[in-house]
Amino acid sequence: MGGLFSSLFGRLWGEKEVRILILGLDGAGKTTILYRLQIGEVVTTIPTIGFNVETVSYKNIKFQVWDLGGQTSIRPYWRCYYANTDAVIYVVDSADKDRVETSKEELHSMLEEEELKDAALLVFANKQDMQGAMNAAEVSEALGLSTLKNRQWSIFTTSAVNGVGLNEGLDWLVNIIEGKNK
Amino acid sequence: MSYGKRDEDTGEIGLFYHLDKTTVLQEARVFNDSPINARKCRLLLTKIIYLLYLGEPFNTKEATELFFNVTKLFQSKDTSLRQMMYLVIKELSDIAEDVIMVTQSLMKDIQAKQETSYRANAIRALCQITDPSMIQGIERILKAAIVDKTPSVSSAALVSSYHLFAVAKDVVRRWANEVQEAVHVKSSSGGLSSMSNYMTSLGGAQNQTQVVISTSNITQYHALGLLYLIRQHDRMAITKLIQSFAGNKSSGLLGGGGNSILKNSPAVCLLIRYACKVMEEDPSTTRRMYELLEAFLRHKSDMVNYEAARAICEMNDVSAKELYPAISVLQLFLSSPKPTLRFAAIRTLNKLAMSKPNAVSPCNLDMENLITDQNRSIATFAITTLLKTGNEASVDRLMKQISGFMSEITDEFKVIVVEAIRSLCLKFPAKQGVMLTFLSGILRDEGGYDFKRAVVEAIFDLVKYITDSRDTALAHLCEFIEDCEFTKLSVRILHVLGVEGPKTATPTKFIRYIYNRVILENSIVRAAAVSALAKFGVNVEDTSVKKSVRILLTRCLDDVDDEVRDRATLYLSLMDNDDCAKRYIKDDSTYAFPTLERQLVEYINNTNASVQPFDIHNVPKISKAQEEEERRRARTQEISSMPSLAVPSQQHPRTPGTPATPDSLGPASPAIGSSYDQQQVYAEQLAAIPEFASFGPLFKSSGKPIELTESETEYVVHCIKHTYNEHIVFQFNCTNTLNDQLLEDVVMMMQPDIDDCGLEQVASISSAKLEYNVTGVLYLAFQKLAADFPIATFTNTLKFVVKDCDPTTGEPDEEGYEDEYQVEDIDVLTGDYIQPTYISNFAEVWEQLAETEALETFALEKDKAPSLKAACNSIIDLLGMQALEDSALPKSNTVHTLILSGMFIGGIKVLARSRMTFSPATGVAFELAVRSEDENVSQIVLGAIA
Repeated sequence: MGGLFSSLFGRLWGEKEVRILILGLDGAGKTTILYRLQIGEVVTTIPTIGFNVETVSYKNIKFQVWDLGGQTSIRPYWRCYYANTDAVIYVVDSADKDRVETSKEELHSMLEEEELKDAALLVFANKQDMQGAMNAAEVSEALGLSTLKNRQWSIFTTSAVNGVGLNEGLDWLVNIIEGKNK
Repeated sequence: MSYGKRDEDTGEIGLFYHLDKTTVLQEARVFNDSPINARKCRLLLTKIIYLLYLGEPFNTKEATELFFNVTKLFQSKDTSLRQMMYLVIKELSDIAEDVIMVTQSLMKDIQAKQETSYRANAIRALCQITDPSMIQGIERILKAAIVDKTPSVSSAALVSSYHLFAVAKDVVRRWANEVQEAVHVKSSSGGLSSMSNYMTSLGGAQNQTQVVISTSNITQYHALGLLYLIRQHDRMAITKLIQSFAGNKSSGLLGGGGNSILKNSPAVCLLIRYACKVMEEDPSTTRRMYELLEAFLRHKSDMVNYEAARAICEMNDVSAKELYPAISVLQLFLSSPKPTLRFAAIRTLNKLAMSKPNAVSPCNLDMENLITDQNRSIATFAITTLLKTGNEASVDRLMKQISGFMSEITDEFKVIVVEAIRSLCLKFPAKQGVMLTFLSGILRDEGGYDFKRAVVEAIFDLVKYITDSRDTALAHLCEFIEDCEFTKLSVRILHVLGVEGPKTATPTKFIRYIYNRVILENSIVRAAAVSALAKFGVNVEDTSVKKSVRILLTRCLDDVDDEVRDRATLYLSLMDNDDCAKRYIKDDSTYAFPTLERQLVEYINNTNASVQPFDIHNVPKISKAQEEEERRRARTQEISSMPSLAVPSQQHPRTPGTPATPDSLGPASPAIGSSYDQQQVYAEQLAAIPEFASFGPLFKSSGKPIELTESETEYVVHCIKHTYNEHIVFQFNCTNTLNDQLLEDVVMMMQPDIDDCGLEQVASISSAKLEYNVTGVLYLAFQKLAADFPIATFTNTLKFVVKDCDPTTGEPDEEGYEDEYQVEDIDVLTGDYIQPTYISNFAEVWEQLAETEALETFALEKDKAPSLKAACNSIIDLLGMQALEDSALPKSNTVHTLILSGMFIGGIKVLARSRMTFSPATGVAFELAVRSEDENVSQIVLGAIA
């Protein structure tokens, strides 16, 4: 019954759940970020075979967050979840310089998808707590973000285990969403 | 969603009538909506399930797309939507690709901290989508779920594991401890927790709406089933399992089973079935198991009482004293107000009455009350049971009652009644008049083929076994075929008329009926009628009859059908030629059909076959009586599969729960497999081995496998000898009974006792791997060097590499060591070169072969042959020949003549006659005379005894 009421309420006030995908290579910290956002805690995770979906409320906006597994075998299925997506949070392991090139390729091929052409892109340069982590500029450079056209994007340095930078990123996202709805 | 909504949905059932796959697939976009409309989605999921159940084909692409759409619903927390979603996922998992995408989500659902009622559904879905090779990945979750405190979760995990066992035996085996715990946990908290659940649901009805806790303890049933599956090959463990779960009975005065761990009645029933299985496999446990069963007769649940009583009734060689308590329980059930109990009890008693009518007769009074039972099925069983248990005096009364309600019951039950009457006829031949009247009466009633066939067969039995009734019975049959809609039955009746008619006093009266068929019926019946007529023509001595039959057959020459004309032509010329007639019509021998069929198939498949004609002499001959016996055996054994490889442990593939073989009426001996069928099985197996392809057709396989080890040893070996024209193949069936060993490179070494025994080894087929409890087959082939028929004894040693392995997982060690194991010796005897065959005219052939006789006198010591019967058996065994004219069973205690017939390898006919005497002081003395088409062969065969 509860579900019925809230959806009715939502429709009346024109409020819509914001649909967000968290993507990135395996081991970048996507699942940790999701639960840090949802329950504010660091949970122990295992490699995600498939996906997690949770609802996260932030500043009176309801986010429906899909955390898709990043393993090579699962990446091809990301596209099954692109439809109706408002924003993509792309998570990068800033300390993993060897695979940042792979990460770049995955990012660009994803952004070429028609279904995501209106989606905003929020990049989290994660694992800033690790030794030798690249800073925002370095990650941005490595991912080739400056070459993106017709896309609202931003990059934040984060550490999911410490909770640093996540809120700043969401704040940016809230701004963009509200801007879109106006 | 409230339940009120359900009613709306049922009102929309009409929507499902004209469902179209394309529309449904398009509607699937609803799943992408945000937020999700649970009601709409659930309805759509229902439509998908509906289409899937209707068998609507979904191709891989459609299914995959749909599957990924459905996965979007994981965001919803709506319970009924979720449950429907799991169902769809399970259904799609076989068609769609990449279903592992939901693994993470399902695992999360299963491990949810809050109790949700869909955890069980999630477990089932997870097991369904997980590839067998990936089971290890979900092992931890399943193990936890098995011991979960919520019965539905535990049950779901147990049942899923049960299904997984088929594909991932080794993994599931590791969960034995958890499963064991699952049986126990519930019992300790069973009564209490159900009570507390009841209380809380009363108190806090609001928050209990989602999770309903079952208090039936059904989990025990599931756990027990899985536990058995895991341990089924370890007989000791199973015995222990049964005894521990059956509880301590010695103290149980009233409530047998009261202090058992098992609270769930179906679980106890399952336990009883397992106990029966143990008993069947290991008769030495019968005593202990019987005590358990007997105690369960006093269990507080009807279901358990019945199961135990039935198990006792189905025990082999059960004594009257042991049966008594079971019968008493069933007798009580006969007057139960519940029809199911009455039905179950009477059905079991009915079955028991077939073999032990005396044991059932104390219930006669109760059963008579059931004749008027409202439930016709119960009444039918009651009557047929009474027919078996009753005495001659009560027959008339019962028959009257049966006629009363025959029209009220279905064909199926009519068949049961007819079968009962059929056996009654043989039991009380004096009553055949009443029975025959009854049978012919119902033969005129309406009824389907099965019913009519049962009646006709019952009458056939009367014709065959009760001479007094033959003429009347045949007359009834004649009347029946006058207006019979079943061609098959007409043909069979015509055949019987042809066989039995000529023996009657007035054969002519049947000829009219038969000829009527020729005029009125279809071609199949006409052909059968022609054959029947011909038998009268040949077998009736009266020349006027012969003359009329000839006229009738001549008329048939103008028939429009080829077959009818051909038969008429054939029989007409047979009638002119007495010798031929003797051979083709009067001969009572026939070929062993399974062997004939096999050899014909071989012949057709052989590319060289077209050059030379098929050699019928290699097919053993048997008497028609034997053939009939075979057929009867086949009929009673329809359910039990092909003759097994004759490894004792495999002989009873019956699982508990499957119904026993159909009720047999004939004097069937189901344990004795037909040697001809068996030989056919061997021949097929051997033909598949390329090394033996050049050996030509198989001449003979030794009948019963020879045990080369005790049945309880580490490795069990049986040997079967296969004789070819130039070769002998030894087949060894080896079973490794040690569960902590894996044998590799298993090979049999055969050493003849003398060096030049005339046999040279030409092939040896080893087995690469012999796992625990899997029977492996080894072959060794020897070629005969000279043209004679060598006799030798072989010492046999099994050589192999042993690798120790973990008994639970079956995981072997890397390193193994060589070992050998000596088994008992094997003899190659003259008997291996002789095939038993049947001939109908022994005396005649014996005279023809007089010139080649070889004769010698022997004496058997008393301790070797304590009777003539024993002497007969050992002679038959040694020579491997067929005893004729019932001479294997001596009628006198002191003097007997045994006559034997066989075929020596190469198609040489061999006959033997043994005249024997027996005196208690000296034992058996006998003179053996052997005659054959070849003098040498006579000598060789005679030499087999020396």
